[in-house]
Amino acid sequence: MTIEALTGPSQSTPGLLSRVFAGRSGPLAVVCLAIFVLWYLGTVWLNAPLLIDRYERSGEDWSISRLAGDAMAMERPILPAPHQVAEELNKSILQRKVTSKRSLIYHGWVTLSSTLLGFAMGTLLGIVLAVGIVHVNTLDRSLLPWIIASQTIPILAIAPMIIVVLGNIGFTGLVPKALISMYLCFFPVAIGMVKGLRSPDPLQMDLMRTYSASKAQVFWQLRWPSSVPFLFASLKVAIAISLVGAIVGELPTGAQAGIGARLLVGSYYGQTVQIWAALLTAAAMAGMLVAAMGGIEKLVLRRSGARP
Amino acid sequence: MQQGETETAAEEARPVIKVENLSLTFQTADAPVYALSEVNLTINAGDFVSFIGPSGCGKTTLLRVIADLERQTAGAISVNGVSPEEARRNRAYGYVFQAPALYPWRTVERNVMLPLEIMGMTAAERQERAARYLDLVNLGGFEKKFPWQLSGGMQQRVSIARALSFEPELLLMDEPFGALDEITRDHLNEQLLRLWERTGKTVVFVTHSIPEAVFLSSKIVVMSPRPGRIIDIIDCNLPPDRSLDSRESNEFAEIAHRVREGLRAGHSYDD
Repeated sequence: MTIEALTGPSQSTPGLLSRVFAGRSGPLAVVCLAIFVLWYLGTVWLNAPLLIDRYERSGEDWSISRLAGDAMAMERPILPAPHQVAEELNKSILQRKVTSKRSLIYHGWVTLSSTLLGFAMGTLLGIVLAVGIVHVNTLDRSLLPWIIASQTIPILAIAPMIIVVLGNIGFTGLVPKALISMYLCFFPVAIGMVKGLRSPDPLQMDLMRTYSASKAQVFWQLRWPSSVPFLFASLKVAIAISLVGAIVGELPTGAQAGIGARLLVGSYYGQTVQIWAALLTAAAMAGMLVAAMGGIEKLVLRRSGARP
Repeated sequence: MQQGETETAAEEARPVIKVENLSLTFQTADAPVYALSEVNLTINAGDFVSFIGPSGCGKTTLLRVIADLERQTAGAISVNGVSPEEARRNRAYGYVFQAPALYPWRTVERNVMLPLEIMGMTAAERQERAARYLDLVNLGGFEKKFPWQLSGGMQQRVSIARALSFEPELLLMDEPFGALDEITRDHLNEQLLRLWERTGKTVVFVTHSIPEAVFLSSKIVVMSPRPGRIIDIIDCNLPPDRSLDSRESNEFAEIAHRVREGLRAGHSYDD
């Protein structure tokens, strides 16, 4: 349908192509189309060796068209075709009850809940650290290197240890996963907020001094409102990596529930279609979370007088 | 003339700011910068005093020392008989900066209310004062606008209303109209003059415009750079009902001439 809309009528009415490309949907459609074409080509290309091997062993005759057809209909392909993933998504999202253990909505919700909890804790931690760094000289010099160092440790390495240690002292399920999310997402918030809380210009600070305003007043009336645009920029990064943290946290938990569990089960049994469906679900969730954050940002900034 | 004043109005001769042998040296990486050197000055209640001089002559620095935004390295200064720091804590002055320094997330009205909030006034009183002082600077009707919706001149008027809103006796203004076009500047000069006459506040005003200084001031302090010091103090008492037209009078020209000579002397001495 997109192909028709793009190429079909454009020959009879020359102005349409440029009209389509003037908007946002035109370029977007072209990019989507390119991805699908590359994906299908990749499906055939990557799955071909396996199929050719199979044909040769059974001594069957094969043609390119048969190869292409088979490559897009394998049960455990190296790379599943888009329509296979779409079918799996349809099956596991629309056809199942949301309470079913095979519903991606169910697993998505499990991941989302620890994402949001981790995001909330990480945001709070990031803000508290930034406030400390901005107001206390010692913290400024001592804390920042540690914060940066914390992010150089691969989360995949540290996640199992966090799960094991917390499991040992009685924390299982939501909390350990949320902690891993928090560990990842406090960082952009802390860095952004340090910058934001220091963003008032010297005149704005001098003004507060002429009123002999208290530190708390300077914070609430000047530093905090100045930092809001920085906060939102950080939050958009933070919520996306918070989702990554939650998924990574689900991998070593024995794969009970969540997007991460689906990925793990899929890889145990070579269910690549299921893996890709879970990946796309995660990507869609990240997109929605970032978009929601962008919406809140717009609302808040408009209320505080930003230019439309 | 000075004596005549002290006799006729003892009340007006009450010194508000007293500066004695004040020096300020900034320690920089390569060489110390002598921003102010041996400055002596008395500003009386009700005076409109202008500091005029080329860039780098320390006029802004002197104003900032008065406001306790900088600390002198030698000499003494008192504001209302106490140290600048104590005066600042008593909220003795309103300060108008070179730029409006409005908070962009606050409406015009809430910008004017900022000092009132910090000083803990009731909501009703804040509302009443914001309306009153916005009217005074002819910005009634713009209460709910955000700063970016106003022109530069209007923004600076908001910042003046903000400085007036908590009714300090002393107004410190650092080149408040420096960034504005001449037409707007003339207009605001006239408004400021009327305001000063009406309220009788003490104003310390930094400028590098000779006509502005002569038109507004009751006393002009001519300063010169490297090191920043006072060259001349000129009494300047044009009739109180003066309008912009009075800038064409002989009296005006004479004072402006003396200011210009002072500035020139400062420079030749320097070279």
